[in-house]
Amino acid sequence: MQQTRLDNTFKKLGESNSKAFVAFVSAGDPDPVTSLKIMHGLPTAGADIIELGMPFTDPMADGPSIQASSQRALKAGMTLKGTLDMVRQFRTDNDETPIVLMGYYNPVYIYGVDAFIHDAKQAGVDGLIIVDLPPEEDEELCIPALNAGLNFIRLATPTTDDARLPEVLAKTSGFVYYVSITGITGSASPERNVVEEAVARVKRHTDLPVAVGFGIRTAEQAEAIASVADGAVVGSALVDVIAESLDSHGGSSPETVTETLKKAQELADGVKRA
Amino acid sequence: MSKANSYTTGPDENGRFGIFGGRFVAETLMPLILDLEKAYGAARQDPAFLDQLQDLQTHYVGRPSPLYFAERLTEHYGGAKIYLKRDELNHTGSHKINNCLGQILLAKRMGKRRIIAETGAGQHGVAVATVAARFGLPCTVFMGATDIERQKPNVFRMKLLGAEIMPVTSGAGTLKDAMNEALRDWVTNVDSTFYIIGTVAGPHPYPAMVRDFQSIIGQETKQQMLEREGRLPDTLCACIGGGSNAMGLFYPFLDDESVDIIGVEAGGHGIDTPEHAASLAGGKPGVLHGNRTYLLQDDDGQITEGHSISAGLDYPGIGPEHAYLKDTGRVTYVSATDQEALDAFQLCTKLEGIIPALEPSHALSHVGKIAPDLPSDHLLVMNMCGRGDKDVFSVAEHLNVDIG
Repeated sequence: MQQTRLDNTFKKLGESNSKAFVAFVSAGDPDPVTSLKIMHGLPTAGADIIELGMPFTDPMADGPSIQASSQRALKAGMTLKGTLDMVRQFRTDNDETPIVLMGYYNPVYIYGVDAFIHDAKQAGVDGLIIVDLPPEEDEELCIPALNAGLNFIRLATPTTDDARLPEVLAKTSGFVYYVSITGITGSASPERNVVEEAVARVKRHTDLPVAVGFGIRTAEQAEAIASVADGAVVGSALVDVIAESLDSHGGSSPETVTETLKKAQELADGVKRA
Repeated sequence: MSKANSYTTGPDENGRFGIFGGRFVAETLMPLILDLEKAYGAARQDPAFLDQLQDLQTHYVGRPSPLYFAERLTEHYGGAKIYLKRDELNHTGSHKINNCLGQILLAKRMGKRRIIAETGAGQHGVAVATVAARFGLPCTVFMGATDIERQKPNVFRMKLLGAEIMPVTSGAGTLKDAMNEALRDWVTNVDSTFYIIGTVAGPHPYPAMVRDFQSIIGQETKQQMLEREGRLPDTLCACIGGGSNAMGLFYPFLDDESVDIIGVEAGGHGIDTPEHAASLAGGKPGVLHGNRTYLLQDDDGQITEGHSISAGLDYPGIGPEHAYLKDTGRVTYVSATDQEALDAFQLCTKLEGIIPALEPSHALSHVGKIAPDLPSDHLLVMNMCGRGDKDVFSVAEHLNVDIG
């Protein structure tokens, strides 16, 4: 596989011995226009990688924050096609920041796997995280995506034992997303030493960078986690800021973009201290 | 699709029935369902496990359930000879207990210490709460807030049985949302918890396992019909939400070519309206809750809400084996509307003295459509998979009767 934006980003960060801040927002939350503004601002606020959620009605691995964020986006009319359009617009003035789409398989399946891979690639997407496609279902999307030059980022979890890790890592590329807790997004916060041990375990099986997510809410936590990994992923804490900034009708307010980017900056500063 | 040599060989080693089924779950759950598959594979070949299950089916559930000749319904329709498979007489009032017993024995065998489940109408929830009480395991049941409102008697029964009820307010607050929430709990409590799925859906091995535990319905029916009539039935008919009672009745007959098999989906206000729960008639293949199957969804792959008068049928998906049986043409799938089910509910109550649940009332309404045109020696079996005690309040409401 050719070098991708993800490979380049981690390489560059590695050279300066810094860690990656991976920022998650749902595409279209709270509306497509505001969401694109947030997305545009994230790199300046310190995000090294943008993880863009593909909204889905039934996000089974997500906690209340990201469920709500997904619902807001759907209510505002976001679709998978709209998500790809957002990426395309983002790419008109940013050709550097990697974009990873994260979501569930059904919208992709309905879009059509071949058409999706083609359109995602063309829009400027770098990688995919599909929560409900474990290695057992690799033929669905993982293999065609890899063949097309898209990174397929796999989740490794505390339940992925040493016997299973090689299978999970086999077709992973870009980075490994280590899920720091058994649970849904935005719930319990992970403990630094437990994560340190887990990252070391994953790294015994792969040379890929390992980013850690699920449950990181503050700059301090981001710093602690990033200090024992190659990057930290934050989602729920960011979309909570979006939720809190909304006006009484649930629409975006003048603070939505600024507050969200301010939070991103705090988290990024935490990661950079690591 | 070419004709299969046998319809009973599925699923394959990847949990597929044709293109349907599979294991579409988050990595956190993947090791668990592989463990479950292994444990179930061993249990089903262990005579001690099977003996214990059979003993409980006999003495705790009251099996075999009767195959009852419905003389007055037969007379009323003036055609086929109508038999009712009386699974509503089971302990807890529906077929759901057949599966729950099997799964709780498996949970014990796997050393699990806590049970979770989703429920729609509450029949599965009651059955889970019952076996959890019987085996002394704490139990949490996820139930949509809308369903809690329309199934109050079952909610109270579950509480009496010691279960904790977790109301689910996401989405429309019905079965689909309850299943999402149960999966979220499972992913959080992987070590301690066994998830008793109530229907023939979810990731492999659930669809096959639940089918196997429910197949006792069809096995008994076959034997009882041979004893009574000296031959196989001509037609089988059962209602379908996720499809566990239907799968249980159909499975042992799938390779008996002479037997016509009909599944009846919930037509809600009509399958030409957006308000129904007929996934096969109105949906298309997609991936949800761990398996590929027919789903009610929009053009963007977003899942839409099912609607049915029956809380047990308003699921936007259907078991993957039904999806396969539809595409192969082995089983015919039709639908019945809310009103048709309500009419059948009242008819059965008045003619047979049996108050059916609203779920099998859908199947009965279809029986009413086909029976009059069939000859008097045509043997038709309908699965009376649940009793209607839980539904009397909501039926009263639909009939504009105030019973306080």
